[in-house]
Amino acid sequence: MKPPPFSYHDPATVSEAVELLATLDNAKLLAGGQSLMAMLNMRYAQPDHVIDLNRVEGLSYIRATGDGLEIGAMTRQRDVEFSNDVRRLCPLLNEAMPLVGHRQTRNRGTFGGSLAHFDSSAEIPTVCAGLDAVLRVAGPRGEREIAFKDFPAGYLSTSLELDEVLVSVRLPAWGAGHGFGFEEFARRHGDFAIVSAAALLEAGTDGRITRASLTLGGIGSAPVRVAQAEAALMGEPGSVETFAAAAEMARGIDAHEDIHAPAAYRQHLAVVLSRRALEKAWSRVEGN
Amino acid sequence: MSEKRRVSLAVNGTAYEETIETRLTLADFLRHQLGLTGTHLGCEHGVCGACTVLVDGYSVRSCLMLAVQAGGSDITTVEGIAPSKDELHPLQEAFRDNHGLQCGFCTPGMLTTLVEFLRDNPSPTERDVREAISGNLCRCTGYQGIVDAALDAAQRLKGQDRTAGPDGGESP
Repeated sequence: MKPPPFSYHDPATVSEAVELLATLDNAKLLAGGQSLMAMLNMRYAQPDHVIDLNRVEGLSYIRATGDGLEIGAMTRQRDVEFSNDVRRLCPLLNEAMPLVGHRQTRNRGTFGGSLAHFDSSAEIPTVCAGLDAVLRVAGPRGEREIAFKDFPAGYLSTSLELDEVLVSVRLPAWGAGHGFGFEEFARRHGDFAIVSAAALLEAGTDGRITRASLTLGGIGSAPVRVAQAEAALMGEPGSVETFAAAAEMARGIDAHEDIHAPAAYRQHLAVVLSRRALEKAWSRVEGN
Repeated sequence: MSEKRRVSLAVNGTAYEETIETRLTLADFLRHQLGLTGTHLGCEHGVCGACTVLVDGYSVRSCLMLAVQAGGSDITTVEGIAPSKDELHPLQEAFRDNHGLQCGFCTPGMLTTLVEFLRDNPSPTERDVREAISGNLCRCTGYQGIVDAALDAAQRLKGQDRTAGPDGGESP
């Protein structure tokens, strides 16, 4: 198998990449290539131009900011996996990273590439949904920010315009001592999750929940926040019953059906994994 | 349309300057242009792991990388693992002694993956090893022998100078 013929471009700066993207017809950005290269080999993708971002300067970094983390779009997944700043400020992401593909794909795959490709069963978009990530993109009209909730636009589709490049992602950190839990069910280690659940919890000194985030991946065309469960958890004590009741609310979410699992099975997994993720998060809330 | 570029890279310690078609994968470049057919191609879309090579010390699926992207890099293929023509790498010896291969198709990917893994994790558990090779498919149902070989190799490597590996890559 061979990729179809294309013209290869390897710009050195973001503005060169943007200019190429804005002026070339049927162009495709190449980040880590762990999805696009497979699509090229199988000729699912047939771009006339491939714009390789691997030599663009300044897109690979993990930076602790005042209120969280900023991760450059071309940062290798491996570097996110082993980052002490990620472990310290976004432990939920640290927990999910080893589940992203395999060692060989994390060595090459990028943080931003997973977001731009936007497979709904991928772990990185699910964590970004749970953390209310903010995506920074560059285009011919300058830079703009996209809140994660405005990012999905259907299966494998995002609100990135055709001439825009994802440059970085901001992840607001939760308070010190917050709890986190990431759970997924996949056929084999490293496979895409059939369903995944990401939970974040904060509690007051009285042991009641003051902040909650619950996200499901793999269930629909994009990760979904279980807003009803998040609202129901507020002010409640962290008990087995509380989490079971909140998790049950995940059953009503629209689930898609494919060769791997029927919708009802995904909904079943959503409930079980939500409960486990919430319980795990609660067990890690400091002071419990 | 056949666009080409001049690219310099090192493979198994030998420097090359080659004219490469830009759409050529690293795997096809190694096999067809350099004749290093030790790197095997199973699925060609990043699932089977047979084509794993080390790029600057890190394991990478060579079917999911363009050869032009390897410009300036140091590549190690299965041909470059052994210390000399007459000697096997301790990991290769352990594969032979533990029946870690049958047909041998997945073996180059298993070896390159495990060279990196054992460098980063000198004292792995069985579970660690199984996770490490989760991205490599063996269809001879040989995983048990492969896992035994990896654990055995870890012991053998402890008995020798660990800097004797194919690269001086840093552990995470």
